[in-house]
Amino acid sequence: MAVPIIELREISKAFPGVQALDRVSFEVREGEVHALLGENGAGKSTLIKILTGAHQPDSGTILLRGQPITIPDTRQGLKLGIAAIYQELSLYPDLTVAENIFMGHQPSNRFGMVDWRQMQQRARALLHELDADDLDVTRPVRGLSVGNQQRVEIAKALSHDARILIMDEPTAALTQHDVERLFEIVRRLRARGVAIIYITHRLEEVFLLADRVTVLRDGRVVGTTLEVSQTNQAELVKMMVGRTLDTLFPKDPAIPGEVVLEVRNLSYGRTTRNVSFTLRRGEIVGLAGLVGAGRSELAQVLFGITPAQSGTILVEGKEVRIRNPREAMALGIAYVPEDRKLQGLLLPMSVRENTTLAVLRQLLRYGFVDHHAESRLTQEYVDRLQIRTPSLMQQVANLSGGNQQKVVLAKWLAAKPRVLILDEPTRGIDVGAKAEIHRLMNALAHQGMAILMISSELPEVMGMSDRILVMRQGSIVAELDRQSASQEAVIAAAMGASELHLV
Amino acid sequence: MISAKPLESPRSSFTLQQEGVIAVAIVALSAIVSLINPDFLSANNLLDIAVNTAYIAVAAAGMTMVIVSGNIDISVGSMLGVCATIAGELARNGVPVPIAFAAAVLAGGALGAVNGLLVAYARIPAIVVTLGMLSILRGGLILVTQGRWIESLPEAFFFSQRSTLGIPNPIWVMVLVSVLTWLFMKYHRLGRAIYAVGGNAEAARLAGINPKRIYLFVFIMNGLLVGLAAVLYASRFTAIQSNAGQGFELAVISGTVVGGVSILGGVGSVMGALLGSLLISQIGTAAIFLKVSPFWLQAVQGGLILLTVLVDVLRRRRMT
Repeated sequence: MAVPIIELREISKAFPGVQALDRVSFEVREGEVHALLGENGAGKSTLIKILTGAHQPDSGTILLRGQPITIPDTRQGLKLGIAAIYQELSLYPDLTVAENIFMGHQPSNRFGMVDWRQMQQRARALLHELDADDLDVTRPVRGLSVGNQQRVEIAKALSHDARILIMDEPTAALTQHDVERLFEIVRRLRARGVAIIYITHRLEEVFLLADRVTVLRDGRVVGTTLEVSQTNQAELVKMMVGRTLDTLFPKDPAIPGEVVLEVRNLSYGRTTRNVSFTLRRGEIVGLAGLVGAGRSELAQVLFGITPAQSGTILVEGKEVRIRNPREAMALGIAYVPEDRKLQGLLLPMSVRENTTLAVLRQLLRYGFVDHHAESRLTQEYVDRLQIRTPSLMQQVANLSGGNQQKVVLAKWLAAKPRVLILDEPTRGIDVGAKAEIHRLMNALAHQGMAILMISSELPEVMGMSDRILVMRQGSIVAELDRQSASQEAVIAAAMGASELHLV
Repeated sequence: MISAKPLESPRSSFTLQQEGVIAVAIVALSAIVSLINPDFLSANNLLDIAVNTAYIAVAAAGMTMVIVSGNIDISVGSMLGVCATIAGELARNGVPVPIAFAAAVLAGGALGAVNGLLVAYARIPAIVVTLGMLSILRGGLILVTQGRWIESLPEAFFFSQRSTLGIPNPIWVMVLVSVLTWLFMKYHRLGRAIYAVGGNAEAARLAGINPKRIYLFVFIMNGLLVGLAAVLYASRFTAIQSNAGQGFELAVISGTVVGGVSILGGVGSVMGALLGSLLISQIGTAAIFLKVSPFWLQAVQGGLILLTVLVDVLRRRRMT
């Protein structure tokens, strides 16, 4: 067997608080499409970043054609023939196709001036290899379809003479037609001996395209690399999930009450498509799905940040319109966003000012804020949520992540909502704070609040939810109740695995 | 007023420190200059400094609102010139003085509204909008006045030259405006909303605040206060020059920023801006007493701005 073109041996990488990669070994051969699978946060992105030189491993070896190498930065990575095409394309919209392809290494004459004619000729030749002759290399990239932009990205990688091409979910944003063209390009490159690392969330693509497949879970390689012909979708799903529920998630089964929120055929752009579901008093409904499946986008429609373009929303049986966050709040809906620093906190301001922001109107006397009432209210929530802060006047910027998250929660709980939408409520906070937030969610549900919880952590979804809704490509594709839900079923629905034979 | 617990200040410790630092600087500077020239501490001179500061401090209160909301207004100098000219022209042509003054204030509000609409609804960055406004108003003013000074104003016009209860009128206005806007910013719901929008516009929007309305509001308030500052300015001297207010924006922004109002938004107080404005004028007067070239003054003013902003930026970087 030929020496693999690139091989990782026992690569480890830690970030503060998380072991992103734990002794990962992995290899790719020339002329091979090697699929890399794993849940959100399994370590795929870190692995790519190490391969391209964006991150340095803490330990382990990288071998290129059998020779140990280091890749100090992405520039060096490109020189070694390693290129990556990310989900988010990184083109300059106002520069031409040719300029984008040769960004950073424009062909130049002996005076150091850009040789435009040569650049355009070579750009045309590269696109020709991709069977994309229809693309005019002198037009700006702005306005090109996503599929064409991606072809420009691929041509850019090839212009560096890439022998190892990493594709991170390349089909995520493509139309069916573009997907087929992409597959054709991938096969063509493989035939030319390029080694392709293909990261995807769509299991069927693995079987359509890949030769071998490696599964990552919690920063480790699960089992060994498999020949695609020797495996099936069910086995891959099992490998990706395969962990036991821990006891962190103490949800007691709820006795759901009457329906508080009902939505019918809610749509917004391409991210929320014909979504219908109900939410009852006292229940926690988990909203599962892959990153980009449209979960946060759905929350934003419900909260009026991006108001629905069509469909019906009913609150306690009455049809309502939600056109902005204020109207949502007036209906008793609260939304704790995913990114607390960007969307949740007023970092330079105090715990008190943050806590009372959404209910300030209730604390007014003659239009002026009653500081006594404000402090009382804040103290109540500081006690109830066990927010650890030296004083109510402490700047929230100086609190820990867990306590910051509790301040955001306090702000919305103070509004006494009927419906609480939590978007990744425990992301990036320590285990202790996480357990406290889970206990709190339980208590709130017991008091009759309806909670919609978005989470990318499957164990959290499984542990906390009374019901689970699974989203994929903007639609709800499955509804599972607590008894019948299994991690395999959730993952399968989230990925759209076509035929599953689960044990 | 609604009573607050005395130990709890809603503003961050930074501004408190900043206000303290400025207060100490004012005292220290007075002490040093009076050692060299004892006349500096005479009652007359101190009153002079306060009167000189008044129209700057009034505009600085408005500038505080604008900067706390995360914006800036560099057109205040041109606006001052336009509003002063309006007041003067009306009074000279026989319009009753109170009405002429009111017209200047309202004109300021209207100009502020134009700035605010462009910032909030056309989403043009405030620095660009107000730079355009600065240029348009300055050019327009020279065209309309043809560079002539406004003279032969009626006696009733000279509000700033008079005193009430032994204290010059500009000082009364300065104190009144500072206290009222300070209370408003500290205790009123809208004041709080200005801090919230400047601290994190997205979070504020999610909490039901409409940032656009807040932007429009702060620019209108700022315009009204610049109009008031123009009245104080115009009624002090016997003539209004057609280049009135040139360089005024530098004085106002320096005072505000040196007083601890964070150029990044969300932090600062009107009291800080008042102290900052006082310090800036005091440095100006000190320069005269010490016979230092006035050109140094501009350099010192600029240096102070850069220094304060640097401290603020470094501090914020540690925070996030």
